[in-house]
Amino acid sequence: MSDALVLSDVRHSFGRTLALDNAQCRVRRGTVHALLGENGAGKSTLMRVAFGLLSADGGRLEVDGRPVHFRSSADAIAAGIGMVHQHFLLVPALTATENVALGGRGLLHRARAVARVKAFADRSGLSADPSMRVDQMTVGAQQRLEILRALAHDSRVLILDEPTAVLTPEEGMSLLRWVRGFVDGGGTAILITHKLREALAIADDVTVLRRGRTVLSRPRVEVDEAMLVEAVTGDAASESALALPAPARRPTEPVLALDKIDLIDGRGVTRLRDASLEVYAGEVVGVVGVEGSGQRELLRILAGRLRPTRGRVIAPRRVGFVPEDRLADALVPEMTLTENLVLAEAGSARGRLDWRAATERTAALLVSADVRADGPSALARELSGGNQQKFVVARERARSDAALVVEHPTRGLDIRASARVWDELLRAAREQQLAVVVYSPDLDEVRAIADRVVVCFAGNVRAMEGGTAGSDRASLGRALLGVN
Amino acid sequence: MDALMALWDGAFGSWYAVLSATMVRATPLLLVGLAVALAFRAGVLNIGAEGQLLVGASAATATSLVLTAWPRPLAILVMAAAGALAGAGWAGIAAWLRRRFAVLEVISTLMLNFVAAALVSWLVRGPLQEPTGVYSQSATIPESARWPLLISGHRLHLGFVVGVLAALGAWWILTRTAVGFRVRLVGASPRAATSAGGVNVARTVTGVFLVSGGLAGLAGASEIGGVTWSLYEGLSPGYGYSAIAVALLARLDPRGVIATALLLGALEAGAASMQRSANVPAVLGQVIVASLVLGVLGAQALRYRGLLRRGGVAKEAGA
Repeated sequence: MSDALVLSDVRHSFGRTLALDNAQCRVRRGTVHALLGENGAGKSTLMRVAFGLLSADGGRLEVDGRPVHFRSSADAIAAGIGMVHQHFLLVPALTATENVALGGRGLLHRARAVARVKAFADRSGLSADPSMRVDQMTVGAQQRLEILRALAHDSRVLILDEPTAVLTPEEGMSLLRWVRGFVDGGGTAILITHKLREALAIADDVTVLRRGRTVLSRPRVEVDEAMLVEAVTGDAASESALALPAPARRPTEPVLALDKIDLIDGRGVTRLRDASLEVYAGEVVGVVGVEGSGQRELLRILAGRLRPTRGRVIAPRRVGFVPEDRLADALVPEMTLTENLVLAEAGSARGRLDWRAATERTAALLVSADVRADGPSALARELSGGNQQKFVVARERARSDAALVVEHPTRGLDIRASARVWDELLRAAREQQLAVVVYSPDLDEVRAIADRVVVCFAGNVRAMEGGTAGSDRASLGRALLGVN
Repeated sequence: MDALMALWDGAFGSWYAVLSATMVRATPLLLVGLAVALAFRAGVLNIGAEGQLLVGASAATATSLVLTAWPRPLAILVMAAAGALAGAGWAGIAAWLRRRFAVLEVISTLMLNFVAAALVSWLVRGPLQEPTGVYSQSATIPESARWPLLISGHRLHLGFVVGVLAALGAWWILTRTAVGFRVRLVGASPRAATSAGGVNVARTVTGVFLVSGGLAGLAGASEIGGVTWSLYEGLSPGYGYSAIAVALLARLDPRGVIATALLLGALEAGAASMQRSANVPAVLGQVIVASLVLGVLGAQALRYRGLLRRGGVAKEAGA
């Protein structure tokens, strides 16, 4: 079998940082190739080189066995390479058809363009409404459109950058099924991901980058999860708080409780119906749900950020809350860590602020939560995503009396950083005896840290029987879709 | 060269230039610049300081004219308070529009500037016109409401001290108190302020808006009480707009506003004298100011891009 794309000895540096250090990647035609690595390992950089977005400092690139030199992404597209970026590059105010037609020449024949998009959609098996505006589409539909646009340029090699990160589990699964079909039909796909299981489930070949170097490159059948973890992180899986046992006996009184909650939002849509939930000190309750099933609202009611339309809420006075979008909702990127710590008390503080004491508290928190930063006066923006999240979790732990509500705690984090955040959450439950509620779209994450799982479906909240043991992937998946 | 000498002489060439031209010009710029800087710090784009100043000046004049018999300190205090309250009220219109109807304050405050200018035109031809009814200006305010001069023989008046104290006070409040921290938070990230801090963003924004308008109104009162002694149409040569330059050049730091207000005051005083003695148009002063603002903003943009590029390495290199 010939190679669709070969990258050899690729070097690239940003300023003084060496992002790619003789990286290698050989992609066989007609295969799904998974490109794995932690954040900052160089995965995206390597693929940006392959797509002509970055000009490498050194190295060779071959497409279909012929050496090529891309000066821009237009060259790469002409050579049959398409890329779907993690952050979509669609014009929100334009329709699907107009977005596909972007970059064309001459007059736009609308009816013909619509027909063409429809034909592509049918042929490729990606459903799309040609006349719908992008800003009215779901994230999944936007992604299908991105792929469609790449295919419209006759791409035979499709590079997908973290394609499932923004999708719900079932959307992700259907995307992966589509990728398999595309490859079976003669295409080639490169999947940039940091989800090992995803790679293991779909890939034919696996390449792992670490600090800009290729540390593993093998067919899927020759690798297992432990090998990949070791290759990605550079060491064997470490001991963690995950070993701390769940409380043997449940306390009598719940810390957080919702009793027959209804929530009707501003537009009159019922978000939650007759929802009840009890969370006890020292346990971690996992919440799962398809996007829009009411879990966002449920978490915000528990955190005291939203008032239900009907029903009773029991909650301590101060509940720690870790929101999903940490850079927008939990931190002020341009302020120092000390200021970001005081942020938590900003609403209720009066009179003068004692910055010296706050600086000391911040320094202590950085040590206790193992946050890597240049001291309390570092700007929040300067921290890595993992350290930002550890800081936020530690701050919210410190200010809550008895409960912590956490939304998608490891969004955008790599395995190592995720494990540390999980540690923090489990310590909050086991050592500090907080009642912890965690929502995550990642079922594996919920199963890894939760003592028991509840499912949101169409505004209802249902407990899974038998704790996490009874919550295997298959039954969770069925519950997510409302199937018993 | 002659022109530059004239510019320098007009601004700093003599005690008279400094104490009667530069610092007198700097006084309103200081108060209004502070008003703009505070608003911008909270993310409130108040470009209506000009209008707030004019309304403040009008209210201060009207109040002064009926305070003839009052003891001097009290009369000054009351006319200053009237100016500040009127300025705050004028800004309050825009604040209310923003809160109630989400009207962009950039537009509402700018429009209110024209309304305020028209209001002054009407006042000086109508209710506040001087008794003879010949000139389109108000009567001269009574002695009791005039602000004391700081140094006899020079035009520098109490308003400058008020401005410096206000700037230092604002700096202290912004950096050391909970209220000031909320203002900075709301400016930096309203979402994080609400979500993580439980800050009432709408209330903070309205509060800053009112204080900003109040400071601009106070500047109007200070001009009436300290310099012009009467209300007329050309009262402000666009102090409310120059104030934006003052605030931006100071990078929104209240302490910096003291320095940049003096700088712009010097440029305006110098440019006027340059026009008189070297016959070079005074607009040159404005050209210099504009170049300075562009320079500072450009430097900030470059630094920000540089930071982005540095911070971008990890992002770009990452997955």
